Amino acid sequence: MTSARFAAATRYPRFEQPSALAFILWVSALAFIVWSLSTTGLSFDRLARGIPAMGGILERMFPPDLDRLDRILASLLVTFQMAVGGCVLGLILSFPLAILAADGISPNSIVRVAARGLIALFRTVPDLVWALFFVIAVGLGPAAGVLAIMVDTIGYAGRFFAEAMEETDKGPREALAAIGASRLGTIMSAVVPNAMPNFIATSLFCVEKATRASVVLGLVGAGGIGIELKVAFDLFDYATAATIILVIFMLVIIVEQVGSTLRRQII
Amino acid sequence: MLVIDGVSRRFDTKTAVANVSLRVERGQFVGIIGRSGAGKSTLLRMINRLVEPTSGQIMFDGIEVTKLRGSDLRAWRARSAMIFQQFNLVPRLDVLTNILLGRIGRHGTLPSLFMRFTDAERAMAVEALDRLDLMAAAFQRAETLSGGQQQRVAIARALMQEPSIVLADEPIASLDPRNAEHVMSSLKAINGENGITILCSLHTLEAARRYCDRIVGMANGKVVFEGTPADLTQAAVHEIYQGEEREGDVSDDVAAPAGWLAPRPEVASAPA
Repeated sequence: MTSARFAAATRYPRFEQPSALAFILWVSALAFIVWSLSTTGLSFDRLARGIPAMGGILERMFPPDLDRLDRILASLLVTFQMAVGGCVLGLILSFPLAILAADGISPNSIVRVAARGLIALFRTVPDLVWALFFVIAVGLGPAAGVLAIMVDTIGYAGRFFAEAMEETDKGPREALAAIGASRLGTIMSAVVPNAMPNFIATSLFCVEKATRASVVLGLVGAGGIGIELKVAFDLFDYATAATIILVIFMLVIIVEQVGSTLRRQII
Repeated sequence: MLVIDGVSRRFDTKTAVANVSLRVERGQFVGIIGRSGAGKSTLLRMINRLVEPTSGQIMFDGIEVTKLRGSDLRAWRARSAMIFQQFNLVPRLDVLTNILLGRIGRHGTLPSLFMRFTDAERAMAVEALDRLDLMAAAFQRAETLSGGQQQRVAIARALMQEPSIVLADEPIASLDPRNAEHVMSSLKAINGENGITILCSLHTLEAARRYCDRIVGMANGKVVFEGTPADLTQAAVHEIYQGEEREGDVSDDVAAPAGWLAPRPEVASAPA
């Protein structure tokens, strides 16, 4: 009895012996992590020196300098307009693209794969890279920012719109097809009403996301308040930078609050 | 007149409908009975081409339904209304809009995109609402209605199609006896007053006997019985249900496949 139990315990050890391959992979992963940390140059030494420096910057940020507040607010307004404009354009373009990309709704599988690929490309390339691209294409200024946000929005909303449409009940679709509705008629009358709560939630998230994104696009010359922030840091004008950061913070908070209130009310 | 001539449908290796031929005169109320999987639903769906026949021909008043394509097929579907077991309304739209969608097959693509309907259609919808006793619910979302109400909305939607034929696929299988009766009498009224041909698959012999002029029994994809309710003898029933029948109630394998779920006695005991 006892020996049988002992045999069972040895046959199923609590810790499995790692295979040779697994052992090599673990050691390599560990080595890569150590190497990465040493290459990027973060060390206790630097952190020790950096923390007082950060304290110094924060000290020089207060009190925030409100002298140029009017210019900063004007620039913030442009930033927000850029976000809203790019977002609305992106949402409008996302809709037909999502129809083409949605499984069971798209007219054929080649079109679907192509639409999916385009949406994935828009999503995987970061917004700052799109901004750099459009600055070269259409020149410095908010127009480039609007285009960058538009593309970024398509990458996000296109995917979620398509998923929302795929998830809708097939029954009403079949019923409208049985009444003799055209393909587009079925989509607009059965799929879209059912996916509407999802569309609204996604759109509100897109506005929030676009607002956050629009703030940094100025750093690469694509318009908005980002450029003001960069100039302030370049001139070591930390007090003005603090004002800019605070107004950005307030804008993002307001947009997120309004967004979540609307979401609760509409859905 | 609907003529089904040697129609079959195979799904991979399984034959759902095997060489079925039927003639349905204008204005008849025909019930199709049989066990689940007998091919009733597939047969109905081939008539409006939601399912394509593998072989055979379907004719309606001289039109070869099985050859129709594109806008001709859509025009045929607009004339042949379908009622589903699960109602298949658009849940977030109100009752009136759902009923108006019965006209969608008569519109071009563009007006149908924005759900624009004419005043005449709206007047028609109000009439349909009244006829199916749904006036009070006109502006409620379809998803808030009971099953029986939803099925009546679906019938009103079918009426809006001004159909030549109604294909009802287990219209009362998800309903309690009182609602089932209400829905069946509505179908009977449409059949009698408007002279619309009705082809209706049913899971209870009782309902088939009570409402149908003619009964078609199917087993394993084939028609094994055809005749009036009076012709439906115990032996015929036995052949249709292959020994699994219980007189007046054959709903078990159709309406309650998942017996471990909440018991639904109102479904199990069909209208008496």
